[in-house]
Amino acid sequence: MTHRPARLVRVALAALLAGLATAAQAQTEIQWWHSMGGALGQKLNALADKFNASQKDYKVVPVYKGSYPESLTATIAAYRAGKAPHIVQVFEVGTATMMAAGQAIVPVAKVMADAKEPFNPKSYLPAVAGYYTDRNGNMLSFPFNSSTVVLYVNRDAFKKAGLDPDKAPKTWKELNAFALQLKVRGQECAYTSGWPSWMHIENFSAWHNVPMGTRQNGMLGLDTKFVFNSPLHVRHLTMLGQMAKRGAFTYAGRTNQAEAKFASGECAMLTSSTGAQANFRQNAKFDWSVNFIPYHDDVKGAPQNSIIGGASLWVMGGHKPAEYKGVARFFSFLSRPEIQMEWHTGTGYVPITMAAYEMTRKSGFYDKNPGADIAVKQLTYKPPTENSKGLRFGNFVQGREVIEEEMEAVFAGKKDAKTALDDAVRRGNEILRKFEAANKGR
Amino acid sequence: MEKRVVFRSAWLPYALVAPQLAITVVFFFWPAAQAFWYSTQLQDAFGLNTEFVGLQNFRDLFSDDRYLDSFRVTAVFSVLVAGFGLAISLLLAAMADRVVRGSLVYRTLLIWPYAVAPAVAGVLWAFMFAPSIGICTYVLKKMGIDWNWVIEGNQAMLLIVIASVWKQISYNFLFFLAGLQSIPRSLIEAAAIDGAGPARRFWTVVFPLLSPTTFFLLVVNIIYAFFDTFGVIDATTQGGPAGATNTLVYKVYYDGVKAADLGGSSAQSVVLIAIVMALTVFQFRFIEKKVQY
Repeated sequence: MTHRPARLVRVALAALLAGLATAAQAQTEIQWWHSMGGALGQKLNALADKFNASQKDYKVVPVYKGSYPESLTATIAAYRAGKAPHIVQVFEVGTATMMAAGQAIVPVAKVMADAKEPFNPKSYLPAVAGYYTDRNGNMLSFPFNSSTVVLYVNRDAFKKAGLDPDKAPKTWKELNAFALQLKVRGQECAYTSGWPSWMHIENFSAWHNVPMGTRQNGMLGLDTKFVFNSPLHVRHLTMLGQMAKRGAFTYAGRTNQAEAKFASGECAMLTSSTGAQANFRQNAKFDWSVNFIPYHDDVKGAPQNSIIGGASLWVMGGHKPAEYKGVARFFSFLSRPEIQMEWHTGTGYVPITMAAYEMTRKSGFYDKNPGADIAVKQLTYKPPTENSKGLRFGNFVQGREVIEEEMEAVFAGKKDAKTALDDAVRRGNEILRKFEAANKGR
Repeated sequence: MEKRVVFRSAWLPYALVAPQLAITVVFFFWPAAQAFWYSTQLQDAFGLNTEFVGLQNFRDLFSDDRYLDSFRVTAVFSVLVAGFGLAISLLLAAMADRVVRGSLVYRTLLIWPYAVAPAVAGVLWAFMFAPSIGICTYVLKKMGIDWNWVIEGNQAMLLIVIASVWKQISYNFLFFLAGLQSIPRSLIEAAAIDGAGPARRFWTVVFPLLSPTTFFLLVVNIIYAFFDTFGVIDATTQGGPAGATNTLVYKVYYDGVKAADLGGSSAQSVVLIAIVMALTVFQFRFIEKKVQY
């Protein structure tokens, strides 16, 4: 026991010396805050290691900062204290907050231009780049991990219920009918969904080419208003409410809790993030397929294209020019097709450039993993319209919470869909107005 | 009779209380003052744009029916947590007090949960009651109860009450046990000789003598329910479903930390400070009169 302190001191000294040794090399450090835990975190670290090994001038240091909201909070606090990292990974609902952040951020287009790194926004998937581009066409953040919602089907459960496993539901009418049949044939949970607002309001609007908010879903300015209480939205939520009542739809929670219910075989159909595929490949003990999300077939122009979720990399202001050069070098590295392919195939996130998508296709990955290309096909199904380019709503962390609260009231049978959506729009607009007032003149 | 230390030095008493005062000022008064200041401001997330808006944040709050509803939620939650927390621990303490053999083991086991962090307690209970995999859910299903707190507001409330009470029982138990052990045996024996049964002895002799302890615990438990339970809520229901477990303190945390709305969150803290002050004054003015020291 008495030896312990001495050993601790020695270990601490060794660590200190090691730290001094790395600092002695004249490398510029780039701090990268992110929210990729577990297996995703390992893949992210591998990317940073690869970049660090590829050149000698810069060293990217990834730091895990907890969940997306936690990391955003940490970044805001760090910025206020004058200690912001160089790069921070911010989830898509934080986009408007970051865009309004003025001098706190540096647009990626500017970082790349100042460093004279080759950069062509057109090489990125339009549905991806559009989300992070301002109205003057400047790309403000670097798309990193993009996902979208897809429909997963448990093929074995379909067979057991007497349904054709090759025929996944294409429309909501079909999904509703299949769910009832599954239920009758003893499937405990027929259909469930992760991310209720992202799937059933945000992507639902884009997929049917109807606006979720005015001013091109907020892309044109902070004076946007929510309009997702249209008859189509009401009809869809009414349908979900009725399905919940009949036991054909099981609500599982606001984030990805539904994915576990699908992976365990409890639920036969699931709409959730493409990012869940890696998990299912590892854990699902049944045959499953990835499909387009359903649509209402009487809506003109549907299906359109789905929108992304996930996160992008923002460059924070207040650092030295040499450090921004390193950031630009790192982004160029991340844009390389082979790096993108590695990230895409390893994680289930969407390849963000067309070149990476082509490369993956040629490698035969999609033949071996059917369904892995559904996300890209769905995101690029049609050229994005002003309803399907993306969303930019101020303080959408709170906005989404409001929407999800009201949806839960419908699923619990406490409110009808019309009242719930009207309330969500009214409360959501209050949040938008507050954000507009707090970010005047931007 | 009165014991009083008299300091002859003019500065020594001040110097002795100075560290405690400094801590109170730095960690309590200073943040509270900041909360007051921020509650009158409208500010963007990065603090680049600040505007004085007077009482606008408060007006916004009180016109938000969700905020008003969270008062009801907090009241229900606090009454349940304090009520069950005190009743169960008093029962356990009364029983542990009578145990002769192996009492140390019982006591240690009962005190254990106090060492568990609130978030861990929350996760623990959330796992046991998880809608599809929880062991308690399984048992409830066998009994024909459809347990799904992800959508049933009352069940979600029950879950956070159970987790919060479980965590607080140990603390209450310790104080009740100490209180019980300080009651002179002679009083209870005298009552027994007069022919009072165990229940009557408890309510007419023991319980009144315990009243200082009970009162102290009541104050502590209400404050616990108001402030310290947000770890439990954050780890389990996160205020859902549909705001059924959105207590005042959780809303402060959510709006301030997660939604970066400093003005609104600070206004809520100010309201919360006012409520707890009012409650404490009320407890000391009206309930303490019934306490026999």
